[in-house]
Amino acid sequence: MSIKKISKEQPSSFEFNKKNLDKAKKIIKNYPDEKQQSAVMPLLYLAQKQNDNWIPLVAMKYIAKFLKMPYIKVYEVATFYTMYNLSPVGKYFFQICTTTPCMIRGAYDIVNTCKEKISNKENQLSKDKTCSWIEVECLGACINAPMMQINDDYYEDLNKEKTEKIINQIQNGEKPIPGSYRGRKNSEPENNRKTLLNIKNA
Amino acid sequence: MLKDEDRIFTNLYNDLGPDISSAQNRGDWQNTSEIIKKGKEWIINEIKSSELRGRGGAGFPTGLKWSFAPKEIGSRPHYLVINADESEPGTCKDRDILRFEPHKLIEGCLLSAYAVNANKCYIYIRGEYFNEGNKLQEAINEAYEKKLIGTNACDSGWDFDIYIHYGAGAYICGEETALLESLEGKKGQPRLKPPFPALIGLYGCPTIINNVETIAVVPTILRRGAKWFSSIGKPKNTGTKIYCISGNVNNPCNVEEEMGIPLKELIEKHAGGVIGGWENLQAVIPGGSSMPLLPKKICETINMDFDSLVEQKSGLGTAGIVVINKDQDIIKCMARIARFYKHESCGQCTPCREGSGWMWRMLERMAKGEASRDEVNMLMDVTKQIEGHTICAFGEGSAWPVQGLLRHFKKEVAKRNNFNPLINKNKKIPYLVDQHLLEK
Repeated sequence: MSIKKISKEQPSSFEFNKKNLDKAKKIIKNYPDEKQQSAVMPLLYLAQKQNDNWIPLVAMKYIAKFLKMPYIKVYEVATFYTMYNLSPVGKYFFQICTTTPCMIRGAYDIVNTCKEKISNKENQLSKDKTCSWIEVECLGACINAPMMQINDDYYEDLNKEKTEKIINQIQNGEKPIPGSYRGRKNSEPENNRKTLLNIKNA
Repeated sequence: MLKDEDRIFTNLYNDLGPDISSAQNRGDWQNTSEIIKKGKEWIINEIKSSELRGRGGAGFPTGLKWSFAPKEIGSRPHYLVINADESEPGTCKDRDILRFEPHKLIEGCLLSAYAVNANKCYIYIRGEYFNEGNKLQEAINEAYEKKLIGTNACDSGWDFDIYIHYGAGAYICGEETALLESLEGKKGQPRLKPPFPALIGLYGCPTIINNVETIAVVPTILRRGAKWFSSIGKPKNTGTKIYCISGNVNNPCNVEEEMGIPLKELIEKHAGGVIGGWENLQAVIPGGSSMPLLPKKICETINMDFDSLVEQKSGLGTAGIVVINKDQDIIKCMARIARFYKHESCGQCTPCREGSGWMWRMLERMAKGEASRDEVNMLMDVTKQIEGHTICAFGEGSAWPVQGLLRHFKKEVAKRNNFNPLINKNKKIPYLVDQHLLEK
């Protein structure tokens, strides 16, 4: 089980903005009547997006009221799942997969690069307060190992130099292109394709 | 090697585009209403005789699972839930189906939902696959626009809606009952079975849960016939399968091949061989991290199907093949997997919650050579205490890789950890694991 730190500095109020309020109402309709509790996970995501990528306690209370469910149940969900950040993270949030398939292809080189270029410790903001990084479990792109996720995008087939380049780009305000950094197409065997060679849309 | 025309996922590498018109050119959504008109019985029987087994890990016959759903809709609605919470280390096949073959999945959802009397389908995607989920949503919107799903889907008279639900980074939600809990807006902690979800599942209603790959192959089976599907592969292990080959190989890749293909052929032919040559191979995890590893000697001859791997006390699982060569420290690799399970245990059952941590800490010390001689057997004892003593199969999943290590690499572990226990007289306390914490 993972241990989650809840931020000591909490904002005093939270409310969905107009756009998210409409979205939230639409999400609830995806689930049967009286089963609006199902919407707690998507709503926590909305709150997290609206609040600079982390969820304060007031947002949980707000969602609990919104869905007519006990606060503790929302709290339970928010602390159980690892993707809900309960304390502030960087605007650019680096998640580096270090599970075995990535590890044996050199994921710890990327971790060390992040230690050098972002911050010495996990979950610590960089000097310019824009980036933070964390080691995570399998992100499900083992074919393209080693890889990392920055906010929603996957950056694949990395090594030390390529990671450095990506971090530099971000620190200069550019957006690096997601996908493979060895120029291969998705999950095909690089330069060794034996299948689907002459396939066309019939 | 499987012929290209027998491959189901022809857009696996996105050569052709995932949009609806490209998908229709590839044969998706053709004659769907005619298939539906053949009736529920026919669809279920066809899937039964194709001997399709679930692609999510357990390998349960899909047709049989569908036949457990009540034949008539009673007072409660039926649901179809698609498990796209792919988080098993070594596996990334569903990701490519979601991105590049979404219409195969959506059409499969319609056909299987019709067969099991469901009007609503939830697709549970892991939260990290946010972009993949967006692509699937686009495809769903396209299908709604063309009236392929929605009210009177494909002019068949069947109403059908699909909703996407994102997970939030919990491996355990890949377990079907934990997935249902999560979908209901609770912590993802597995339920006791029975009752099975086919009778009491989502919101207490009959629910059929299938993996993405299982559902995505359904339309092609129904179109080309059960006979075609069962002619590929081996008896009881029929059809094609997407293998994910990762780790120390020259060209890691996803590839669709027939069931029962020799492991050596997969690695040598499709993945470009082991880094440093076949002789440099140390071990292979054949089916995602929870399946016990196989040493080189077995890898020479093993075939990749459910039954052959069970004979070797391993399993096909999700067919996520992780190749480990001799440059890697095998104990360290397994310690990292043990850390994964320690991190992902949901905390509901004590043997798993505590035991996964024990295994991780012991293996970390064993990797450094800091464990005593009798701890090697003690570790085996811990795995036996976890296995079979938990609500869900996560207990087995965390214990098996460690058992695999001890089964095939015990000599190496014992060689590295070869000193006497710190305190001999305490030896009879069976569960004293953290001996190193005692005073020296």
